[in-house]
Amino acid sequence: MKKRYWLFVPLLIFVVLAVLLWQGLGRDPSHRESALLEKPFPAFSLTTLEDGERTVDASWLKGQVTLVNVWGEWCPTCKREMPQLLALKDRGVHLIGVDYKDTRDRGRAFLNEFGNPFALNVFDPEGSLGFDLGVYGAPESFIVDAQGNIRYHHTGYITPEDVDGVILPELQRWQ
Amino acid sequence: MLIQILPEIGLYAMMLALAMALVQAVVPLAGSLARRPLWMSYAAPMAWGQALFLLTAFVCLALGFLFNDFSVAYIASNANSQLPWYYRLSAVWGGHEGSVLLWSMMMAFWGLAVSVFSRNLPRDMLARVLAVLGMINAGFLIFILATSSPFERILPVPPSDGADLNPLLQDPGLIVHPPMLYMGYVGFSVAFAFALAALMGGRLDAAWTRWARPWTNLAWAFLSVGIALGSWWAYYELGWGGWWFWDPVENASLMPWLAGTALMHSLAVTEKRGGFKSWTVLLAIVTFSLSLLGTFLVRSGVLTSVHAFANDPSRGTFILILLGLTVGASLTLYAFRAPRVKSPLGFGWCSRDAMLLFNNILLLVMMVTVLLGTLYPLILDSLDLGKISVGPPYFNTLIVPLTVALGLFMGAGPVTRWKQMAPRELIKRLWLSAMVALMVALTMPWLYDGAWSLSVTLGLLVAAWIVVPLVREPLVLIRRFGLRGPGKLSRSHYGMVLGHIGMAMTIVGVTMVSNYDHADNVRMRPGHSVEVGGYRFTMTQLNEVHGPNYLADRATVRVTQGDRLMAMLHPEKRFFDTQRQAMTETALDHGLTRDLYVAMGEPLDDGESWAMRIQVKPFVRWLWLGALLMAAGGILAVCDRRYRHRSRTRQMMEARP
Repeated sequence: MKKRYWLFVPLLIFVVLAVLLWQGLGRDPSHRESALLEKPFPAFSLTTLEDGERTVDASWLKGQVTLVNVWGEWCPTCKREMPQLLALKDRGVHLIGVDYKDTRDRGRAFLNEFGNPFALNVFDPEGSLGFDLGVYGAPESFIVDAQGNIRYHHTGYITPEDVDGVILPELQRWQ
Repeated sequence: MLIQILPEIGLYAMMLALAMALVQAVVPLAGSLARRPLWMSYAAPMAWGQALFLLTAFVCLALGFLFNDFSVAYIASNANSQLPWYYRLSAVWGGHEGSVLLWSMMMAFWGLAVSVFSRNLPRDMLARVLAVLGMINAGFLIFILATSSPFERILPVPPSDGADLNPLLQDPGLIVHPPMLYMGYVGFSVAFAFALAALMGGRLDAAWTRWARPWTNLAWAFLSVGIALGSWWAYYELGWGGWWFWDPVENASLMPWLAGTALMHSLAVTEKRGGFKSWTVLLAIVTFSLSLLGTFLVRSGVLTSVHAFANDPSRGTFILILLGLTVGASLTLYAFRAPRVKSPLGFGWCSRDAMLLFNNILLLVMMVTVLLGTLYPLILDSLDLGKISVGPPYFNTLIVPLTVALGLFMGAGPVTRWKQMAPRELIKRLWLSAMVALMVALTMPWLYDGAWSLSVTLGLLVAAWIVVPLVREPLVLIRRFGLRGPGKLSRSHYGMVLGHIGMAMTIVGVTMVSNYDHADNVRMRPGHSVEVGGYRFTMTQLNEVHGPNYLADRATVRVTQGDRLMAMLHPEKRFFDTQRQAMTETALDHGLTRDLYVAMGEPLDDGESWAMRIQVKPFVRWLWLGALLMAAGGILAVCDRRYRHRSRTRQMMEARP
């Protein structure tokens, strides 16, 4: 009966793990930093959603601080996020959309229905840019500074509280 | 009439199933404690009833999908009337509520199978096993009924049509991927139930392991197929040509697989040699706990991932409580009831027992590596040390060397004797295999690529080292008994052989595709050609094609190597008029030694050129073929004679004279 305490080790490990998961539940996983932070925005050459003939690339992002938002018509959360993005636009934020794994018609219909806060929408039907950005699922947002470097990564939906609490301060920081 | 109340029938069926699960959890267990055969005999009928009523609930939900009953919230948010019937059917488990119902139904069917195929078990053992299964399913059914009923109605004004299923999920691979995965997850509950029943009964002899082994093998085979299907789907549907992304949810399925692999091997030791007793019990608990953890990670939204759509904190809390109760209670039981005497080692360091011990340690280290990598962001977050994500480099730098080490033991293990063996004899058995493996590994990269490469050699060396020694056993038997010799080996031995060959094939696939793949984004127009990975891709034509309900741009791409025509590929970009949807039809020429992959991107400004993505993926099929072979090995081992009671008694009768 002496050396029975080691049998409790698995239980102990599990308790620690469970506490961790419990804490995790209360937290927002969406502020996870991307491996791309401080790195230049990945190179791409894609057409715009508005105009299939017009190709844009990463150089478009230089010159001002931009909020790049990855969205898709198929993504229900993106619809809930649109009011926040429109509010950001009204406060003078420069927004660029990436229409991720979508079709042109649906993407356009989405913007007609929910409004278009974006100065421009990059059309990424294959998800190639999304992949280079390490996107797990829409919506995700990136703040890119005037030199074209990624400064902030927001995974998931920007809540109404995030607009003033997180996004605007972050945008200020990198001006 | 009946059609209109199907959702209610489903709901009531689920409630009845819960009632039965509760009876199954309590009465037989009380019976086994009070030694009342009548109480114990409640177990099996309750398991059958539970399976029947959950099947009813599931069929009701499926019919709701087929009849487009959009007054049911879950159906309205996961399917619409435009969807073809098979996708409407697979949409049954396309969302959270339906997935958990499927989970619970499978659980009930595993219970049914146990009650049917384990009739020769001692009565109290069977009663306890089924009671444990009943408890788990009761917990899940309470979870479903309390937080995620798929039969919730939208009344009085139901929507006229439903939302669309995420286009990424509209794919045949995804019809079968989740059920396979769940079968694996849930199947490990059987080994778990056997382990707990053995702990409760205090009979931790080899018997429970013999009963638990076939169930574990079967669950493991399902899980292997499920993981392989997911990886294959990511490869051809996501169009990035990748096959594993170390995504939290992929990791969630890999962890129980690793622990389950360790469990299968540890069960073998306990059954054959009576060793590792408490270790095996612990592994059975850990494996199922990891399955539950996987469910928790996917369903709670604690970690962000492509799969984690059902982000509802109340559900997360509920599953965590369920996880805590199940795992906490079983580990507590383990701590108090695990075998008291630490069994003396009873084997030398050069023995099959030791090889399997190393194998177990390595598999568990791999599992912990994956677990830490997956939870690391969460750990840092709780300690307020910042927020980061762990990328593939972490996993690759740790898992690759561990796999190499595992491969070394996999090669030596099967030719090592149980208990004790002189190292010199082991070397005698292995040196020839080692030479052959080394020859193969040194020459193959050179033959394939014209250059020698360290990482390819290492990968192939491990693969050949795993396979070549497996030939020894049948050869020895041929020498002794002639051609009928290899038939003397049991099916479970051949199951092991198949499983190991499958693992070697997967290693070959990973090695080759990681080192020799080529991918290029190019601009192409008719008459244009590019060279990728030693193949010349020429676009010969660009047409417009009218399909039944779509209009497509279709390119014809001729692939040649030297003067030989390898394939004519026809990638398409389809525009569906009715659904107003564009789809990329990638053209894939698959072969045993390479996949050629062409996808049309976007038309470019001049109206004639297209952006195309071209990839050459050598040996990528081997990855999934290997996994299928592993699963086949697991199933073959289940068919072993000694698991079938009748044939065993017959064998004994035959052996008597």
